[in-house]
Amino acid sequence: MTVQARFIRTVLGFGALTVVTLLVTPLVGPTSIDLRRAFDFSIPFADNVDAQIFFVARLPRTLAGACVGALFASAGVVFQGLLRNPLATPFTLGVSTGAALGAVLAITFDVSLAFLGISAVPLAAFAGSLMAVAIVYALAQARHRGLSTTVLLLAGVTMNAFFSAMILFVQYFASFADTYRTLRWLMGDLDVASYQPILAALPTMIAAFAVFAWLARPLNLLALGPDSAESRGLDVAKAQRAAFFSASLATGAAVSIGGPIGFVGIIIPHLVRLLVGPDHRLVLPASALFGAAFLVACDLVARTILAPVELPVGIITALIGGPFFLWLLIRKP
Amino acid sequence: MALRVAAPAASDFQITKSPNSQIQRIVSLVPSATEMLYAIGAGPRMVGVGSYDSYPPEVKTLPRVGALIDPNVELILSLKPNLVVIYGSQADLKQQLTRAGIGVFEYRHAGLADVTETIRALGRRTETIERAEAIATGIERGLADIRQKVKDRPRPRTLLVFGRERLSLRGLYASGGIGFLNDMLQAAGGTNVFADVEVQAVQASTEQVLARRPDVVLETRALNSAWPSGDREAELNVWNALGSIPAVRNKRVLFLFDDRIVIPGPRVVEGTMVMARALHPEVFK
Repeated sequence: MTVQARFIRTVLGFGALTVVTLLVTPLVGPTSIDLRRAFDFSIPFADNVDAQIFFVARLPRTLAGACVGALFASAGVVFQGLLRNPLATPFTLGVSTGAALGAVLAITFDVSLAFLGISAVPLAAFAGSLMAVAIVYALAQARHRGLSTTVLLLAGVTMNAFFSAMILFVQYFASFADTYRTLRWLMGDLDVASYQPILAALPTMIAAFAVFAWLARPLNLLALGPDSAESRGLDVAKAQRAAFFSASLATGAAVSIGGPIGFVGIIIPHLVRLLVGPDHRLVLPASALFGAAFLVACDLVARTILAPVELPVGIITALIGGPFFLWLLIRKP
Repeated sequence: MALRVAAPAASDFQITKSPNSQIQRIVSLVPSATEMLYAIGAGPRMVGVGSYDSYPPEVKTLPRVGALIDPNVELILSLKPNLVVIYGSQADLKQQLTRAGIGVFEYRHAGLADVTETIRALGRRTETIERAEAIATGIERGLADIRQKVKDRPRPRTLLVFGRERLSLRGLYASGGIGFLNDMLQAAGGTNVFADVEVQAVQASTEQVLARRPDVVLETRALNSAWPSGDREAELNVWNALGSIPAVRNKRVLFLFDDRIVIPGPRVVEGTMVMARALHPEVFK
């Protein structure tokens, strides 16, 4: 079968799964709603509780989950390809910790501002992620013009530790309530209650996915090692830069919307590779689609399993991801 | 474990103190306990307060010894206290103080009834039993009075919010069915929309707020967390996203920035009155 045919088959297959998940999820929740009434547009929206639950509470949440899941999963694929390490996650290079620092500062100092309908915490988180990207890239560039993945990894891990220390420092001086709210943000929360955060992240998302599409073949070549890739005509430095920036921005956007939700960026790439093989031209789109479906499903579990209490979605992804990861490590290849 | 009787400092002679009590130097890390100690007449014996204490105004002149996560043990010890009021969860601090031979009073946050319990317990500990009893009985009578006034009024379903992100309804924390905030709401003549959730704090999702349809939304904060008045209209407008809830439709989203509500101390009756006035304006002119 040609690559194009396999591509179409993969995208249709995973796409169907994603579409079904996205259609079913907003219909389910801890409250039972009357769907006919929800779609009855003759009732003024401000009076229609069922419509408000569907269109204000559930649908934005589902869409946010899909975007965040797609971003984390595909960013995970790209980071694993860039660093040539199957244990790499979107959080390895410090982007999400930088975002977390931004969020912690906004929460602790009760920052009040809104831009384009986005409130302080998501804005601060995105700003933090940009700062982290800039610092890590500058450090990785410092020694030589090219981008050494070893130095990149070291810089990322170091900034991770540094930002974490800064977060603890801020938390120590914060009130107990602020500390609790920060902790809760770190567990992930997709209840956006508005389409604004999704629309605001759309440009970044589209740009990131466009670059990912271009990166598919370069990542295949990079998997052979940078020297082999270079000998096959790949501009390795350019590909690595594109991979680093696009995946980091994707991660930053995802963390701003829903917080640092773990395990999506590492489970999905591996699971998808088990199903479609290592070709990035298939793995990338499949991971984005499957990541969307997976996170939306996890959020569904998180908000219904212990109703009326809602669990943070990060707990569900961790509970699934942990055992999955152990299984990955111990199974016969 | 010998209880050292602290040598009185020169400044102590200018103020009255209970002559028979061995407790002459008191440190309190808990804002509500500090208020209680002043109310029962142990104020002159206070030598140190917590970082978040703000009432009565006398506390501003006292050294700050930290709070729940950052108690300054060295400073506490240097003040040579006989009694330190700590949080029930500060097990390490309790151990250190006990080893130093210093008396400890463990304070625990709970329901409204515990406010008077704690006042009486502090009264016994500081030998101001009569005054403590008077304060506690006054509080019980004041609350009963409010309950009586709202007894026959319809009870609005109320969402009692004590925290959320600025300019957003994300990270919204409301009082659950237990705890002093819930009890105050009950006494003030309201019904908690989360009365069935048996925790002190509920992180309410958008769906939950929409589904529970509160008639009134009360946002309470401490005075030092209050929003500047210029910001309040913007903060009110974020609720318009949930236009189907009666509280928004009927313009009954109210901000109550008052320490008397959020600190479960001797001023709870005043705090409950503030709430009652918000819920039943026709009764409390």
